[in-house]
Amino acid sequence: MKPAPFTYHDPTTADEAVALLATHEDAKILAGGQSLMPMLNMRFVVPDHVVDLNRIDGIAGVRDTGDSIEIGAMTRQRDLMRDGVIAAKAPIIPAALHWVGHFQTRNRGTIGGSLCHLDPAAELPCLMALYDAELTVQGPDGARKVSFAEWPLAYMLPSIGPDELLTSVSVPHWGGNTGHGFVEFSRRHGDFAIVAAGALLTVEGGKITRAAISIGGADVRPIRLTDAETALVGAAPDAAENKGAFKAAAEIARGIEAMSDAYVSSAYRQRLAATLVERALSAAAKNLNGSA
Amino acid sequence: MADTRDIELTVNGESHAANVETRTSLGDFLRHGLGLTGTHMGCEHGVCGACTVMVDGEAVRSCLMLAVQANGQEVTTVEGLAEDDGTLNALQAAFWKHHGLQCGFCTPGMLTSLTAFLRDNPDPSERDVREAISGNICRCTGYQGIVDAALDAAKTMQKGS
Repeated sequence: MKPAPFTYHDPTTADEAVALLATHEDAKILAGGQSLMPMLNMRFVVPDHVVDLNRIDGIAGVRDTGDSIEIGAMTRQRDLMRDGVIAAKAPIIPAALHWVGHFQTRNRGTIGGSLCHLDPAAELPCLMALYDAELTVQGPDGARKVSFAEWPLAYMLPSIGPDELLTSVSVPHWGGNTGHGFVEFSRRHGDFAIVAAGALLTVEGGKITRAAISIGGADVRPIRLTDAETALVGAAPDAAENKGAFKAAAEIARGIEAMSDAYVSSAYRQRLAATLVERALSAAAKNLNGSA
Repeated sequence: MADTRDIELTVNGESHAANVETRTSLGDFLRHGLGLTGTHMGCEHGVCGACTVMVDGEAVRSCLMLAVQANGQEVTTVEGLAEDDGTLNALQAAFWKHHGLQCGFCTPGMLTSLTAFLRDNPDPSERDVREAISGNICRCTGYQGIVDAALDAAKTMQKGS
């Protein structure tokens, strides 16, 4: 239950971190440590080098660029929950973070760590799928942008090289009269979700003009329910009239590919996905507030 | 050759300098390096909450942080919670009064977590308290005494301030 010996590096710039990753074979990046540290303690991971990002300036913090929110990869989950720009422009992020671990782990855990660890049931990847956020990755040859749709390659495998570093995430503003809903089901509060669902709806003139739905925990990567999103456009969002539209979206959710494991069957995950998508949409329709 | 670093940090108001192996967790350093055995190592993978300490005022798992990462920071452990004259502080006294502990293994993590929580949420509901300690496992009390203690301590602390 103690980590095997490694060589520790604590660079102070992103360039230095990338250079260390390029120089050393078998290096692991340490961000908030809420996933890597357990794996080191249990010796599931035995790297020769650990590159700690906690002393790097300039890769944490939140900035409003006008049409998006730029979030530094080392921004802690706690700070996302306390940030004024995020509360105003993307309130679904703090709402979903309430489901992430416990306040003690959110005090260390980072958005970049969660997106690179890429647990299928984690909330932040599900949110970034919902927004189709754009990720900035720095490597030895400079920076490149990756759309979140292209980020998860396979189970817990993000599109990032061994000598690359995720530095920031850009979450586009939705603007307009937008509502959000994020719901999940787990056996205990703070556990990874068995299934989670997030929804964003924009309503103009009494009709849905834009919708996004993402489902986490069901498959190896978050699923965007694009067919349901398209079908929702033009529907009325108020409770009396939307029954059909939200039920139809739930039925599409029931048809997703879903994993099964020793505890939860794929059929149960599909049923949960249907129920949670309907609840997330209903929640979104109820909190339309001009921004989300 | 072990990979080591010199670190300096403040623990419960006292400065310490030490040479630590970089793979040593903050919790193990506090216990074995400084002899502060009030911090309990339970699961050592971030689930049980027994090892919770405050680093720069925020409650964190000391099993999920390396000692070297606490270099230059201020750490508060359960040993640092009592009043200056050694008497129990309001939260500790409430734990005693409401039977908020039995075997005591979870207690350091409960106290440090709730210290940070009550500072940020001085007037919590029962539900808030239950959520705050959802990351701290107690196998003795059934939590009721702990929740009662936290709510009572919140009242006492509000009166005192």
